[in-house]
Amino acid sequence: MYDVLIVGAGPAGLSAARVLKRAGVEKIAVLERTREPGGLPRYCGHLGFGMLDFGRMWKGPRYARALTEAAGVPILTDTTVTGIEPGGVVHVSTERGLETWRARAILLATGTRETPRGPRLVSGTRPWGVTTTGAFQEMVMKGLRPFQNPVIIGSELVSFSALMTARHGQVKPVAMIEENARITARRPADVLAAMVYGTPVLLNTRLVSILGGERVEGVDIEQDGERRTLACDGVVFTGKFVPDAILARTSGLPLDSGTRGPTIDSTFRTQDPQVFAAGNVLRAVEHSGQAALEGRAAARMILRALEGRLPDLVSAVPVTCGEGVASVWPQRLYAAPRGRIVLHARMETLQRGVLRLSDQEGRAVAQRHIHVLPERRVELRVSAAALAGMSQLRLEVEK
Amino acid sequence: MTETMAGDSLYDIAIIGGGVVGCAVFRACVLAGARTVLLEKGGDLLEGASKANSAILHTGFDATPDTLEAACVQRGYALYRDICADMNLSVVKSGAMVVAWTEDDLAQFPKIIEKAARNGVTVRRLDAREAREREPALAGDVRGAVLVEGEHLIDPWSAPMAYARQAILNGGTLMRRARVEGGVRQEGVWRLDIAGKPAVQARTVINCAGNYGDLVEAIVRPSPFQITPRKGQFVVFDKTAHDLFRTIILPVPTTLTKGVVVTRTVFGNVLVGPTAEPQQEREFPTVDHDNLEALRKAAFRIIPALREHDVTTTYAGLRPATQFSDYQIEALKNEGWITVGGIRSTGLTGALGIAEHVVTLYRDSFADPAPLKDVALPQMPNLVEELPRQWMQPQRGPIACHCERVTEREIEAALKDEVLPAGTLGGLRRRTRCMMGRCQGFYCTRRVMELAEAHLPGLVTPIGEGHRDV
Ligand SMILES: Cc1cc2nc3c(=O)[nH]c(=O)nc-3n(C[C@H](O)[C@H](O)[C@H](O)COP(=O)(O)OP(=O)(O)OC[C@H]3O[C@@H](n4cnc5c(N)ncnc54)[C@H](O)[C@@H]3O)c2cc1C
Ligand SMILES: Cc1cc2nc3c(=O)[nH]c(=O)nc-3n(C[C@H](O)[C@H](O)[C@H](O)COP(=O)(O)OP(=O)(O)OC[C@H]3O[C@@H](n4cnc5c(N)ncnc54)[C@H](O)[C@@H]3O)c2cc1C
Repeated sequence: MYDVLIVGAGPAGLSAARVLKRAGVEKIAVLERTREPGGLPRYCGHLGFGMLDFGRMWKGPRYARALTEAAGVPILTDTTVTGIEPGGVVHVSTERGLETWRARAILLATGTRETPRGPRLVSGTRPWGVTTTGAFQEMVMKGLRPFQNPVIIGSELVSFSALMTARHGQVKPVAMIEENARITARRPADVLAAMVYGTPVLLNTRLVSILGGERVEGVDIEQDGERRTLACDGVVFTGKFVPDAILARTSGLPLDSGTRGPTIDSTFRTQDPQVFAAGNVLRAVEHSGQAALEGRAAARMILRALEGRLPDLVSAVPVTCGEGVASVWPQRLYAAPRGRIVLHARMETLQRGVLRLSDQEGRAVAQRHIHVLPERRVELRVSAAALAGMSQLRLEVEK
Repeated sequence: MTETMAGDSLYDIAIIGGGVVGCAVFRACVLAGARTVLLEKGGDLLEGASKANSAILHTGFDATPDTLEAACVQRGYALYRDICADMNLSVVKSGAMVVAWTEDDLAQFPKIIEKAARNGVTVRRLDAREAREREPALAGDVRGAVLVEGEHLIDPWSAPMAYARQAILNGGTLMRRARVEGGVRQEGVWRLDIAGKPAVQARTVINCAGNYGDLVEAIVRPSPFQITPRKGQFVVFDKTAHDLFRTIILPVPTTLTKGVVVTRTVFGNVLVGPTAEPQQEREFPTVDHDNLEALRKAAFRIIPALREHDVTTTYAGLRPATQFSDYQIEALKNEGWITVGGIRSTGLTGALGIAEHVVTLYRDSFADPAPLKDVALPQMPNLVEELPRQWMQPQRGPIACHCERVTEREIEAALKDEVLPAGTLGGLRRRTRCMMGRCQGFYCTRRVMELAEAHLPGLVTPIGEGHRDV
């Protein structure tokens, strides 16, 4: 019998382990399905890790190592969690076969992945050379290169990671293409792309179809309504991250249609009072530091849970998305005499106006002015005391 | 190595084409006692029409009665069920329902039932309530259904692989990357020219070239049939959708709204498709965004709860269709040639029946060898979701592909197999299911490449000087 089992040894899971260990929790383990701990940063060969939690500017693998060393608890690799059942039951596949373990609390920190070609319903043939940033980065990190001149689809932050990876791998992308009139990442990433990497960023450009037989030979694109063929030998689909929430889903934990991750309350608890969730499994996608901070925050809630100090699930007040709001988390809040709850949200489209949380009678509980792009996360602070007596909350934008 | 390069030996039979039909014919010829070589132009078997189908083992209830196709499908269906357990091949009894949504659909039922009866297949009519009782996930306005209990789901790749494997284990020769470019027959022996390889000699040639059937036929005569490949596109839904329904949902054939099939796969996904689009491309079918979107919508129309499930991937296959609806199978007695063409949309089921028929033609027209005794049986690894998989066993070693839970050991076994190793990445995927899951290689491509690199050259190249591991 474990006190806490953590599923996933990425930034969220390892950061949670560290907090729990320091607080003196004895029987704890992190379960990781791959051969080594660290999560996605293991394969990110560029700088940009560790600022928030270690105060350093590291490359991914260094950060992964620091997280692993700091965790200080057993990390069981090659251990896949295949299901969770009410009552703290954890089904695992290990080198010894299938086993069933038990824990007083479970933390889901299974992370996120990019959307590959399939669900995007992209036209064309299906040659080799079509991949995602994550897979491309891993290959380059291990000294392998699947193509020389790919086209990069998307302009999120991760799309620029793909560019940096390309440089490490001596791969020269022919172009980065973006459907919208502006890049998704913050500027001046596009200027940098053109200057540093010599890769043109084509805006208002749509991927029409993939060409080639055994291997990619080109893509048809449409720029400002005009079609042309771009010769290339690979296609990297970047971003459009989705939570890797399959374990939550197949374990019967409800997923939120907005975040596509498991729904949680303001104590990081899912619908199962023994199961918590943190990091990018909650929603896509935040940088590793945010995932790590959530891991720590969830761990503090788990400590309270182990002492029986968390509110009863049934007393939670649900939050739903109204006008203009695409997703909100946590999805359930608790009234309390003091303290603040931070609500996170993303918008459906560019929004300018007042982001307002109101109760069942339409009375405002909290609000702030926003002017924000759809992919950016917005925070709204809510006083826990103000929630007393409420039965339903709604977050919306008033223009 | 059973894969030979030798060009000087004389075979009784050379089969051109390693699709499901060629594989089944290969097996039947070897078991019949003929020295047989299978020539496949691709880097692996099943790279043509047979790589992409609906994976249904048909009863033949809707076949045109008294055709060769109807006979082969029925026989193939029975033979598959006889041998599958011996080779550890899957067969999932799902049943199928032809579902009516309109008055017009309903009006077709008597014809469907009568046809099934003529084909000797038992079917049962269900009213709307019974249809919904059997499949509660069907949209509420279902009007009724014809239930065909005997339809099954099978693994469309392990089955033909098993046929070829059994042929090789019993002395057959497989040559891959062996494209037949032409041939001449002299003194009763065919000399087939192979691109970049020594010629192959055989007394009898069997043309099983699928979408190239007419081109290969031109080696012996002006082809009496022309192939116009008929493309079928599919959308594959996530395994989370697997428990929504059991029965294969078929459309009423003549309905005006374009009908699509919604079915589960033995691997645990849900398939929606196929379209039927005549076109010229023989090798690399395209998927099309608008068609895929339409398929997805059609699926939601039939099983509304599919809306809650993600798409895993999309693909397309090419049916070797000719101007005739029936199979084109005949022995050219004076030419030492058997034509097996136009195996359009039922070849996965019909293959074993076709193979039996072909051996009969061979015996009648060419030679009558003594059948093999003490036949070796291959055991295929299980890929079916509901049966024990390797990752569940102790000492499984690392898992490489986490979505489909494919172990490194399974991948290595497929790559290093002595009888029939994976010859292409597609072949590796079909043998193990790696990279076929919901992340489509996000988590496993690198590991698969590391394992496959030495065996499947050309997928990745090492990064040269200047690369540093961080
Ligand atoms: C290409 C790319 C570039 C990026 N660049 C940056 C950057 O520059 N800076 C930055 O801050 N962030 C970056 N990120 C994002 C960062 O890597 C993630 O935000 C962070 O790793 C999320 O942490 P996590 O703990 O939530 O999940 P992950 O790191 O994804 O960890 C989840 C872990 O759970 C394991 N797991 C999943 N399911 C199971 C199961 N059933 N059983 C056992 N184990 C399981 C997985 O194997 C994995 O190790 C990048 C991401 C990508 C893909
Ligand atoms: C969309 C779709 C759905 C289907 N659904 C089902 C189903 O549910 N159930 C069912 O029973 N059937 C189904 N089918 C039908 C079935 O897939 C086909 O009938 C079958 O695959 C045809 O096999 P084949 O061996 O004749 O052709 P192929 O698989 O095309 O094999 C021919 C082979 O010959 C090789 N070749 C060609 N020319 C040469 C040459 N010159 N030299 C050497 N080799 C050569 C090719 O590379 C190829 O591998 C479906 C088909 C499609 C397309």
